[in-house]
Amino acid sequence: MELTFYIAAAVAVLATIMVITRYNMIHALLYLVVSFLAVAVVFLTMGAPFMAALEVIVYAGAIVVLIIFVIMMLSLTREDVEQEKAWLQPKLWMGPALLSFVLLAELVYLLVIAEMPAAPAAGSYVDAKAVGLALYGPYVLSVQLSGILLMAGIVGAYHLGRQKKKVIHRFLQEKEPQKERSAAI
Amino acid sequence: MSAIPMETGLLLAGVLFMLGLISVMIRRNIIFMLISVEIMLNAAGLAFIVAGSHWAQPDGQIMFIFILTMAAAEVSVGLALILQIHHQLKTLNSDAANFMKG
Repeated sequence: MELTFYIAAAVAVLATIMVITRYNMIHALLYLVVSFLAVAVVFLTMGAPFMAALEVIVYAGAIVVLIIFVIMMLSLTREDVEQEKAWLQPKLWMGPALLSFVLLAELVYLLVIAEMPAAPAAGSYVDAKAVGLALYGPYVLSVQLSGILLMAGIVGAYHLGRQKKKVIHRFLQEKEPQKERSAAI
Repeated sequence: MSAIPMETGLLLAGVLFMLGLISVMIRRNIIFMLISVEIMLNAAGLAFIVAGSHWAQPDGQIMFIFILTMAAAEVSVGLALILQIHHQLKTLNSDAANFMKG
C-alpha cells in the first residue's frame, strides 16, 4: 500500500508538471485527467475510497469535460498554440517559479521539523457510511449552504453565459425601411 | 493503511499546490489560469483528506466534499465569464481584460 502511494504521488506530480508546461490546451487537459486519477489513487491508499470515487466522477469527469466543451466552443486554432508558446518565455516564468520554490522549501522544512502527533491506534479507513452519517448529522447546515452555493452557481453561469440578443420591437423594425423609403422619395 | 506518514501526504499536497500557484502566475491564457486554480483546490482537498485519514475521522472527507462543490460552482461561473470575455474581446489574454466597462 505504501509503494502504491509513492508511485501515485510521483505520477500526480509529473502529470501536474506536464499540465503547467503544455502549450496546447487539450494536451494539458489530458494530463490534468491523469493527475486527478493519480490523486484518486492517493485517496484510495489513504483509506478514503468514497472520496476517490468522487474525485474520478466530479473532477476527472464533470469539471474537465466542462472545460473541454468550452474550449470546443471557442474554436481555437494553431495560432493560439503559437501565441501560448510566445507568451511562455523562460525569462517570464523563471522569477515566479524560483520564488515559489523558495516558499516550497520553507514548507518542506517546517513539515520536516514539525513533530506530528501520533495517529490513533485504530486503522485510518473511513468508509462512506461514516462520512454520510457525519454529513447529514453535525454538518447538515453546511450541506444546505453548499446547495445554495450550487444554486447561485447555476444562476450565475446562466446569467453570464447568455448571449444578449438584440430584440427590436416590430413597430421599430417596420419604421426603419419606411424612413429609408421616404428618404429615397 | 496508517503506514503512510502524514508528512509525506502533506508534502504531496504542498508540491501540487505550488505547481498550481506557479502556473497561475506564469500563464497569460485565462483558461490555463482556471485549470491552475483547479489544481490548487485539488491540492487543498488532498491536504484535508490526509489529515482526516491521519485522525481516522470523517471530517476531512466532508471538507473535501465541500471543496468539490465549491470547485464545481467556481468552474461553471468562471467558464461563463471566459465565454463572455472571448465574445467581447476576441482573445483569451487576461491582460486584455484590465478595464471594467461593463
